[in-house]
Amino acid sequence: MDKFTELTAIAAPMPTENIDTDQIIPARFLKTIQRTGLGKNAFAAQRYDADGNEKPDFVLNQEPYRHAEILITYDNLGCGSSREHAPWALLDFGIRCVIAPSFADIFFNNCFKNGILPIPLPREICDELMDDARQGSNSRLTVDLERQVIVRPNGETIAFEVDPFRRHMLLEGLDDIGQTMAHDAEISSFEHRPSRAWVPSITIGTVK
Amino acid sequence: MPVTNSPRTLFDKIWDDHVVERLKDGTCILYIDRHLVHEVTSPQAFEGLRMSGRRVRRPDATVAVVDHNVPTSDRSKPIEEPESRLQIETLEKNVAEFGVPYFPLRSASQGIVHVVGPEQGISLPGMTIVCGDSHTSTHGALGSLAFGIGTSEVEHVLATQTILQKPAKNMRVSVEGKVGPGVTAKDIMLAIIGRIGTAGGTGHVIEFAGSAIRDLDMAGRMTLCNMSIEAGARAGLVAPDETTFAYVKGRPFAPKGEAFEQACEYWRSLASDEGAYFDTEVTLAAEEIIPSVTWGTSPQDVLPIDGFVPSPSDVADPARAAQIQRALDYMGLEAGQKIAGTPVDVVFIGSCTNSRLEDLRAAADVVRGRHVADGVRAMIVPGSGLVKHAAEAEGLDKVFLAAGFEWREAGCSMCLGMNPDRLTPGQRCASTSNRNFEGRQGPDGRTHLCSPAMAAAAAVTGRLCDVRELVKETV
Repeated sequence: MDKFTELTAIAAPMPTENIDTDQIIPARFLKTIQRTGLGKNAFAAQRYDADGNEKPDFVLNQEPYRHAEILITYDNLGCGSSREHAPWALLDFGIRCVIAPSFADIFFNNCFKNGILPIPLPREICDELMDDARQGSNSRLTVDLERQVIVRPNGETIAFEVDPFRRHMLLEGLDDIGQTMAHDAEISSFEHRPSRAWVPSITIGTVK
Repeated sequence: MPVTNSPRTLFDKIWDDHVVERLKDGTCILYIDRHLVHEVTSPQAFEGLRMSGRRVRRPDATVAVVDHNVPTSDRSKPIEEPESRLQIETLEKNVAEFGVPYFPLRSASQGIVHVVGPEQGISLPGMTIVCGDSHTSTHGALGSLAFGIGTSEVEHVLATQTILQKPAKNMRVSVEGKVGPGVTAKDIMLAIIGRIGTAGGTGHVIEFAGSAIRDLDMAGRMTLCNMSIEAGARAGLVAPDETTFAYVKGRPFAPKGEAFEQACEYWRSLASDEGAYFDTEVTLAAEEIIPSVTWGTSPQDVLPIDGFVPSPSDVADPARAAQIQRALDYMGLEAGQKIAGTPVDVVFIGSCTNSRLEDLRAAADVVRGRHVADGVRAMIVPGSGLVKHAAEAEGLDKVFLAAGFEWREAGCSMCLGMNPDRLTPGQRCASTSNRNFEGRQGPDGRTHLCSPAMAAAAAVTGRLCDVRELVKETV
């Protein structure tokens, strides 16, 4: 996973609530066995017409937003399906940071696992950032994870909160499997607790 | 593990019993009892294991099925779509390499992962259960903590049999009283989502309680918990009771004999204690719930069947008004129109929400002696091979076939538009599935979520209508 430290980039405005993961990446594009290559179909239904031509009124088809690395939306971003293909599609498109008043839990979690920083901020602040994002080539924001601030185009800074463990993982570009495996002894000891004796095993060969 | 004397909720108890270790920032290493795997969200996880030279820690706690991608037509033929075939073949290669138990496509027990797990006794009360699928919440009906995870977490669970999480908040949704005739678990859940909204449960685990919930059979409880995710919740739960134990007893992978009795004793201890704290409480009156459908493109866009489609002018927030307008345009509906009477092109009865034997019986009761309306395509997709077999043993297939329905093989089918069963642009569907998002059932398809009985009523009348009027005729 790539580190996330500081990002200065174009922010795209998507002033919509409940952007679900089916919108971010429709199910028919999930038939891949890889993590990459989904960016061209991110937001496919809104981005392309039936013949595959770009719809000019969709924000990510417009300059400078086709180079956006930050997305600003309204409430409940990423609701619906747990598909990690949604953050993979955003990442492959180039998005490294998503800002919204609230996020769906699984999507929020999936973002961190892929080096995308999701930032929840109050609606009033998202409205201000939405206005910034509407400024075309002046829509550049700086997201500084080290200092936990967003710097607006006018120089004003907005502080944000982030879980310390997740911040550490992003700043260092770590994946957490190796870290958890360091607790192998505790996991093994848990598995041998007498109170767990009732949990049956599923043996291969019994499934028909 | 903290053992306190203060009253705890069902969620608290299951959580506490699965904490391996609490890290210093409060994140817990949570042990996972069952990991269900399907073909769409697992290939990249197995690939990750392979690249780092890791194994599956507990193949005997892991089960794989194919469901999302599979055609629901004749199984004797090879799968036509090359990408779907590749995904299925990749799963088969992975389960062989890593030693994971697997229900193959042509197994008599193959089906939707959330139907197969409970049906086989793989999912049991008191367990922690995960799957790379948001509708894993279904298994909460057994009184297990079950939630969907992303593919990175699938890899994490495969490698460590644990996941990293902080505890959720507790929410209790109580439905008190008795529902009227024709009102099902689906209508109860749509009413709950209509009340709290699709973000209402964010950060929470919902425990469903109250007399109307206790009265539900296991299939109904599964429908309810299935759509917890549509209310934004991490998981849904129903406390295990005698209905649960009767359901679990004798299932192939459930404990047997004395082990079963011991397990029941433990399961009985899990119910929320008197006075346990819930961060959020919601109460609904069962008598006020009537058969419902969705009108828009979010599961919270719920209407009682005698209701009227909303108008952008009903709301003050311009962003929300724009969203209502967008939903009206997408759905091809007029603000203020009656939802009943809207003609449908397709009826889909199936999905992890509503494809169990009880669901098919409810649909058959409406269909019996009637015929699918002219111009309507109506399909029944049982949730598993075993459901299909049981329905055939009762003659339900004959009821549906005689009425002009298609009787298909088990799979996710038209719930999500990634197998051959899809809506064509502009088609309107009464569907027993769980999501009415734009494009969910196929590009530009229009979805009205409802119960199996309501979908059956739409099939035979060709319109969204109140199933109670049809049932009245037959009484």
